[in-house]
Amino acid sequence: MMRKALFAAAMGLGLSVAATPPPAQAQTPKRGGHLTYMIPADGGPSLDGHRETTYAVLHATAPFYSTLVRVNPDNPSSTTDFTCDLCTEMPTPTDNGLTYTFKIRKGVKFHDGEPLTAHDVAASWNKIVNPPKGVASARYANFKMVESVSAPDDETVVFKLKFVTLSFMPALADPYGYIYSKKRLDQDMHWYEKNILGSGPFKLDTFTIGQSVKGVRNPDFYHPGQPYLDGFTAIFAPKQSVRVEAIRADRAALEFRSMPPAAIEQLKKELGDEITVQSSDWNCGNVLTPNHKAKPFDDVRVRKALFLAIDQWKGAQALSRIAIVKTVGSIVFPGSPLAATKEELEQLAGYWPDIEKSRAEARRLLKEAGQENLTFEMLNRNVDQPYLIVGTWLLDEWRKVGIKATQKVVPTGPWLDSMRSGNFTVALEANCQNVVNPIADVGRWLPYDVEQENFGGFLDPTMVEIYNRMLPETDMAKARALMRQFEKRINDEAHQLMVTFWYRQVPMRSYVKGWKVSPSHYLNQTLANIWLDK
Amino acid sequence: MYMYVLKRVLLVIPTLVGAAALVFLLMRLIPGDVCVIRLGSSGGTFDPKAVALCHEELGLNRPIIIQFFEFMWGFMTFNFGTSMWSAKPVTTEIWARLPVSLEIAILGTVVANLIAIPLGVISALRQNSWLDLFVRVFAIGGIATPSFWLGIISILIVLDVTSAVFGKAWMPPIDYVPLWEDPIRNLSMVILPALTIGYRYSAITMRMTRSAMLEVLREDYIRTARAKGLVHRLIINRHALKNAMLPVVTLIGIEFAFLMGGLVVTEQVFNLNGVGRLFVQAVQNQDYTLTQALVMLTVAVFVFTNLIVDLLYAWLDPRIRYS
Repeated sequence: MMRKALFAAAMGLGLSVAATPPPAQAQTPKRGGHLTYMIPADGGPSLDGHRETTYAVLHATAPFYSTLVRVNPDNPSSTTDFTCDLCTEMPTPTDNGLTYTFKIRKGVKFHDGEPLTAHDVAASWNKIVNPPKGVASARYANFKMVESVSAPDDETVVFKLKFVTLSFMPALADPYGYIYSKKRLDQDMHWYEKNILGSGPFKLDTFTIGQSVKGVRNPDFYHPGQPYLDGFTAIFAPKQSVRVEAIRADRAALEFRSMPPAAIEQLKKELGDEITVQSSDWNCGNVLTPNHKAKPFDDVRVRKALFLAIDQWKGAQALSRIAIVKTVGSIVFPGSPLAATKEELEQLAGYWPDIEKSRAEARRLLKEAGQENLTFEMLNRNVDQPYLIVGTWLLDEWRKVGIKATQKVVPTGPWLDSMRSGNFTVALEANCQNVVNPIADVGRWLPYDVEQENFGGFLDPTMVEIYNRMLPETDMAKARALMRQFEKRINDEAHQLMVTFWYRQVPMRSYVKGWKVSPSHYLNQTLANIWLDK
Repeated sequence: MYMYVLKRVLLVIPTLVGAAALVFLLMRLIPGDVCVIRLGSSGGTFDPKAVALCHEELGLNRPIIIQFFEFMWGFMTFNFGTSMWSAKPVTTEIWARLPVSLEIAILGTVVANLIAIPLGVISALRQNSWLDLFVRVFAIGGIATPSFWLGIISILIVLDVTSAVFGKAWMPPIDYVPLWEDPIRNLSMVILPALTIGYRYSAITMRMTRSAMLEVLREDYIRTARAKGLVHRLIINRHALKNAMLPVVTLIGIEFAFLMGGLVVTEQVFNLNGVGRLFVQAVQNQDYTLTQALVMLTVAVFVFTNLIVDLLYAWLDPRIRYS
């Protein structure tokens, strides 16, 4: 009963992040029209959403697929509002919160005409949660809580959990949780790497390698009235100048990721009210990672001094004029129920409201550690937005406490390799998640004996202990308290620091209606609710 | 002549083998690998087991020497493997982009020579005149102007002019359709990049044409032709131009070969899905198999283009015989 109430509370919280909503849309959606949008990347690796992590794959393939549950497309800025896609209603967990039984819609078909049943849902989720040998599942670690997924009949899917956790439902709403045909998977588990066959709002028309993807309306789509569009074309366009010019000339209506402030201003100036911009805090940010195994960053005083030197409050506001950053936050996405308040943040090193006091403390710590003339090279990725801009700003912040730092800017491959091999002193990383799932999302901050892709090179059993208590905690107040402890531990030991959350600004032609911005560029990409007011 | 051609063709093989071995080694000197980039570049966490599985799938966990022999054997048997990034056959990836690059290269070359040769000839005939000066400044502009800037500026000019004149900005399409499917859409997309490239490469050819013409015009046989009373146009077209074309033809060949895989920036600026852009992707993604294949393609294009140029020499200058 308690767990049911808590779950309902968690589901119903529906706190919305700071998002600029689209203009009020009193009109009825119009049917018809063809949407052309751009994907700001070259073509992704494979077409298998279970396997891949890049948005290039998601933006190209999400319109063809269904998922079991999803972030409410009419309220995507909420971090807790999940609704059914293939299921008929959101279930109430039974068995003390360990069992979720979903009923699957009847009459759903794959695009080849084959019926979609609960067995397809179970097979797809088993591929994600418990991939067979030789099959990659990029996010299976998010489902440690799942014991089994089964389909006792054609209309029922049952998830049995090993333990109750608040992170299960957000994980289940993963936009990459495409439902595949069990028949195809049984024939070849790798089939979906090269093929598209879903049950989503659009059917595949053409896929031109490296060029574009085209879809046409699925007349048998199970959400009544949708999709509104006749079809779409997604064009791969990695260069920003091309995307800006294409929107200006109406060669494409939008791109779904984000554009920097300068591009937004240019489009507003040139197009006036023909352009609309939707904005949101972004579940992505940069992480400052000192290498605990590299002297002098094995000294907590030196690490802490790095954090104390940074004026995030003023810096974020200034940077927001030139970069895709804006909001100051710690390890949890701001606006989420588990995020720290401003007052709580201000207690942490790197977030003090009095920057002079903070920098004085930084200098004191450096002196105490014998590092008054600290000099080092920060590893950074050769991407302008926002890595290079944030990196350059950090160097200037450190200069104010006497630290002479430079940045070594390298392409993605060497950047990742240097971090994985520990060949760096301080690195500016990225942290990008899709559905806001605080308990799962903060798992990346765990020490390397738990989270092997944490490059900080530190061990911290206390952190692990706190996290292990937080993971099965369903009482929101207790979970929040544990999150604060976890956050404080990271900060006290100066393991890593979140340096501004990114900020999404999505410009689009004003005739594009129905789509709402969310905290993640992975969300709300099926195009089912988009219509064109022209 | 046939033996000469056969010999030249056979000489391609050791060239390609050498290039293949070199690129194999060079690619593996770069830190990082395709699996880590594939899983880690989005900034999210990823499972090291997924990386290990990827390494196993792609054979990257095997000793380098084994990988090298497998690669060389594949190369010898014309099996260029699959792209480590997309898992599609390398030939499929390249074939999807080759028509775009070929079309741009051909059009660019045509535009370049339509501009370069007449202007180069005029410039030579009117040496040190205001016309010569203008042509030389025009040529310097083409060489000095970065192609990416020229490309972006050309699109912006089109956007601004159409916006001012018609009230609505226009730009060429950003998704390619083949010429035979929709000629107007195709040409509207490729004309700007062809002009951009054409201007840049015409500059070099123009200068070469001018200097070659100046040299030929000073030859005794030209003076003799004039003394015989031949019409000026005949002297230029029949005697001077043909002899001046030898170095120009070499240059055209080299430029065309370069255009086939070297238009990286132009393809990005105009969003052309060509071989140059694929090359950059392959290197950035550390896709060894695709990069290796593209390097060998580029080498093959250069080698065969040079062969064709050499054969053209024989046609242009009957004194040249290959035996």
